[in-house]
Amino acid sequence: MTDSILARKIGMTQVYADDGSCIPVTVLKAGPCIVVNEKTQEKDGYAAVQIGLVEKEPKNLVKPLAGYFKQQNVAPVRVLREIKPKSPEKYAIGTKVTVEQIFNPGDRVNVIGTSKGKGFAGGVKRHGFRGGPATHGSMFHRAPGSIGSSSYPSRVYKGQRLPGHMGHERVTVENLKVVDVLKNKDLILIRGAVPGTVGSLVIINKMS
Amino acid sequence: MSMVIENLEQSLARKNVLNFRSGDIVKVHVKIKEGDKSRIQVYEGIVMRRRGRGLKETFTVRKVSYGVGVERIFPINSPIVDKIDMVREGNVRRACLYYLRGKKGKAAQVRAKNLYGVATSAAKATAQAE
Repeated sequence: MTDSILARKIGMTQVYADDGSCIPVTVLKAGPCIVVNEKTQEKDGYAAVQIGLVEKEPKNLVKPLAGYFKQQNVAPVRVLREIKPKSPEKYAIGTKVTVEQIFNPGDRVNVIGTSKGKGFAGGVKRHGFRGGPATHGSMFHRAPGSIGSSSYPSRVYKGQRLPGHMGHERVTVENLKVVDVLKNKDLILIRGAVPGTVGSLVIINKMS
Repeated sequence: MSMVIENLEQSLARKNVLNFRSGDIVKVHVKIKEGDKSRIQVYEGIVMRRRGRGLKETFTVRKVSYGVGVERIFPINSPIVDKIDMVREGNVRRACLYYLRGKKGKAAQVRAKNLYGVATSAAKATAQAE
């Protein structure tokens, strides 16, 4: 049960605290969101609220979704996500959710996003393997090395850390501090970095 | 950089910053906090360089204090910088005056701009005041 909002990452900059210290911040365009649907314990087996991020309207909306928005009597949105707010009764269908309603400077938040894709990455980059010496006649540089024993077990254990696809996965960064919330601009400044590329979707959850 | 961040930085940045460049001698009024009291200390020296732009711009000021070279880097928009005053405009041909580090005495000085008879903005201001 957390209050959440959908946001898009805009980029990073820095602001100054009163004592002159410099705070690195990520600027996020958070909301406004619109409540599209309610899920109830009786009807759906769980309680949640479906919200959509209000931005540019979708260009080509598939007919089933267009019908859905018409049925809910809500303007079409590009992104729909379910959240589990603390008091779902406040979220009637069609209600606008803005960032200043939920967050205040000083709050702690968890931010969920999709990390930047790194492609097929080796063990050194993907798992932090140390690799070998670069010079002095060394012939072992960035290879993974031994991946297990020989005749017993005669196989590689499951979960063995090997090269492979890295990034582009759901990442949660916990316990970030809200530095500022800019009213009427729908902007939120969060201390530190947030997963994903500029323009990518993130969900900001308030820590309880 | 996105316009949103640019506008945000502009709204947070200091307005009416003194127009100075490397080679100028400036007085930087620095807020110093001691316990719950704060006072202002003036730091005077030659501007060695300015770097960055917008909210992130910084400048380096060098002075020789009791025979020891001191360089301090100030962010232009930091709240600890109360104000910046121009003492003398310098005449230099470089953006970064790192050559001052190895020099002593007269060689470590920067020629003033108005020695060449060029009316500087600082000189104009004093003339107007008179």
